[in-house]
Amino acid sequence: MKFWISAAIVLAAAVAAAVTVKNEYFFFAGYTVLVFVTLATAWNILGGYAGYVNFGTPAFFGLGAYTAAVLFKAFAMPLVLQILAAGVMSGLLGLAAGVLTLRLRGIFFAIATIALVVIMETLFINWRFAGGATGLQLLRPPPMPPFESYIKMLFVLAVAIAIVAVAVARWIEQSWIGRGLRAIRDSEEAAECTGVPTLRLKLFACTVSGALMGTAGACMPMYLSFIEPASTFNLNYAIGALASPMIGGTAHYLGPVIGALILSTLQQVVSVTISSEMNVLVVGVLLVFFVVAAPEGVLGLFKKWFRTSSK
Amino acid sequence: MPFSFELLLEAIVFGVLLGCFYAAVSIGLSVSFGLLDVPHVAHPAIMVFGAYCTWLLGRLGLDPVLAGVLLTPAFFLLGMAVYRFYYEVFEKRGSDAGVRGIAFFFGLALIIEVGLILAFGVDQRTVEAAYIGKSFSIGDMRIPMRTVVVTVVALVLMTVLTLYLSRTFTGRAIKAVAQDEQALRLMGANPMRIKQWAFGIATAVAAVAGAMLIIIGPVDPGMDRAYIGRTFSVVVLAGLGSMTGTIAAGLILGISESIVLMQFGASWAPAVSFSLLLIVLGIRPQGLFGR
Amino acid sequence: MVPDILKIEGVTKQFGGFTALNEVSLSIPQGERFGLIGPNGSGKTTLINCVSGALRNEAGRILFDGEDVSRLPAYQRTRRGIARSFQIPRPFASMSVVENLVVPLEYVVHRGSLRGADTRGEALAILRGMGLAAKADTPANQLSQVELRKLELARAMAARPRLLISDEAMAGLAPNEVDEVLAILFDLNRAGITIIMIEHIMHAVMRFSQRMVCLDAGRIICEGAPDAIVANPEVQRAYLGA
Repeated sequence: MKFWISAAIVLAAAVAAAVTVKNEYFFFAGYTVLVFVTLATAWNILGGYAGYVNFGTPAFFGLGAYTAAVLFKAFAMPLVLQILAAGVMSGLLGLAAGVLTLRLRGIFFAIATIALVVIMETLFINWRFAGGATGLQLLRPPPMPPFESYIKMLFVLAVAIAIVAVAVARWIEQSWIGRGLRAIRDSEEAAECTGVPTLRLKLFACTVSGALMGTAGACMPMYLSFIEPASTFNLNYAIGALASPMIGGTAHYLGPVIGALILSTLQQVVSVTISSEMNVLVVGVLLVFFVVAAPEGVLGLFKKWFRTSSK
Repeated sequence: MPFSFELLLEAIVFGVLLGCFYAAVSIGLSVSFGLLDVPHVAHPAIMVFGAYCTWLLGRLGLDPVLAGVLLTPAFFLLGMAVYRFYYEVFEKRGSDAGVRGIAFFFGLALIIEVGLILAFGVDQRTVEAAYIGKSFSIGDMRIPMRTVVVTVVALVLMTVLTLYLSRTFTGRAIKAVAQDEQALRLMGANPMRIKQWAFGIATAVAAVAGAMLIIIGPVDPGMDRAYIGRTFSVVVLAGLGSMTGTIAAGLILGISESIVLMQFGASWAPAVSFSLLLIVLGIRPQGLFGR
Repeated sequence: MVPDILKIEGVTKQFGGFTALNEVSLSIPQGERFGLIGPNGSGKTTLINCVSGALRNEAGRILFDGEDVSRLPAYQRTRRGIARSFQIPRPFASMSVVENLVVPLEYVVHRGSLRGADTRGEALAILRGMGLAAKADTPANQLSQVELRKLELARAMAARPRLLISDEAMAGLAPNEVDEVLAILFDLNRAGITIIMIEHIMHAVMRFSQRMVCLDAGRIICEGAPDAIVANPEVQRAYLGA
């Protein structure tokens, strides 16, 4: 209950901000942060709970973005339907990739997902209708009231999508499915022998995770009024999606959210004040630091701190 | 483009040259990931680092191949240090090494990449040598000298490594540690030390591979990203840790990429290695030459 | 006559060119305490991996309660009533001890009807039977060796099996700890569970088993009462090496 109340408050605050705050840059930057919150949360369902590393975030994200763009170009489909279709397509991609490689050890899955990114990018580079290598210019329709600008509307949508992603992750984590996934991460053989249908659970996690990544990408074409393969299938999405849960903590559904908020905010600040190279360095250093020194992430540090201070 | 025998032949010749290069850049990973089971996604980044070191030595007037060879002792030590750190932090602690191990090497790759950018900028770098820029013809085919040099170095490198692993005591111990760590421990050997040594060798090989990388074309700091997929494809395709397999897989990849390049154009070529990889993973995950 | 709960018929398993199991046939009646011995590499673990589903046998059939399970994935076999412990303990290290038991309770016992099930209560009851109740909320990665072995057995029991395979549950334990684990296994057997014990500690497996089989190089070389097995010259040769 507390979760849903906080979710409603967050959403209401987003709508209120969109209606009252004038500065567009806030929403423009905020949107990117929210995309990373969703990606990190989605990544953690398979990577954090089940222990299967996915380097292919850009493939799922990009397929979602292109699904939306193509449907918009072909049928002028409304945004909400674009988002749903993007989720379905990326979910199917997750299922297909999973069927092919989730029987194997985790590292093979990780490598296969790298392959997925390149294959997806190649397909869209060569698909004329979707704009090929040069990309596709898209004309935004007018925003729906009460929003006076499209970016503000997208911002609120991104908040809603992030909330849905976190709610799904939370539901999985707290249900028998989450326990099964954690059993898989701890010992796949022991999980099988205690009745956990490991392959089915992994496929489920991979599909859900892929679908959520797809929805995160769905609004991207409208956000930029443009889509092209190189930036859509950019490895930076993979980096953010992997690094945020590692930084925030993989055990709890709030870990990726905290990680993504810290990381993308820091990145925005660093690339504005110093340089865009430095922001990759920030990710690299933070990633290595947390993985080595604080394997339970920021949440783990908090827990430890509270435990020692309460004694 | 219409199909012709001459074109196919040309594609195959270039494919073989390219394939030897792919095999050479993957062979270090074939040791570190294939034999030692370390998810070393920073291997290509270390290779690019090697390419930059070669470039630095080249500015002093050193031949790039020689530079690559001279770099090996330093890289060997670097590799030993990296493995030791990885071992102490992840393998020794045991639990959950998978995800965090991969993330660690991923972070390392990013740090190397940015380090190179900060030190050398984002511009592409090239080296100079007598054989770079020259080419010779066989019939209508023009073959750049640099690809031949790289092929020769690649073949020498692979022969030396294969002999080392099969003929020397340490080499055989490295292969043994891949198969049965417990047995090795019972024989009184320390698996950690052998692995550390092997990882050092893999990293030294990456230095030479880096030299080849900059001989074959210009190098920039972000280049490792493209090679993560390629090198892992070769190693998996080969069957983990198989040296013969690595050469065969490199050739298969090189030839198929080069045929696709000529028949369908450059925009389709990158997908070749990865489609191949996915097919192999789906059908025969132990690789072409796997046990 | 007591019906066979497990019937292994001509099971063969190969790894590459190496034959790990060569047409092994065995019948185990319901409620038996059965001992499986053999030197290292004789195929004991391979055999129970084939029974539990971690490996697939190439030839032969494995009948559990009259049903051929040899093509079923491991989790399906667990749901039918085959449970095992691992030689090297494989706890769910990120979970507490009690949560380790909740996994099989959720995935086997209360599958499809989780609502209202007191899985924690049931898990605690099992832990009490094993003398692990005090450690219920301890993270599984903080247990001692003997506690880990007990957790292996407790988790296997939480799946409410009818056949329990105990894979070297006592290796490396002190004598009094061996006795503790043996007592637990006797208790479980009295409750009606058939038990296959794989063990290197001879006095333990002899004390426990009603009937034993010795494997060597993937074949059954001898079958019978514990005393007869130990006296068998082939068994002695297999163990001492000839």
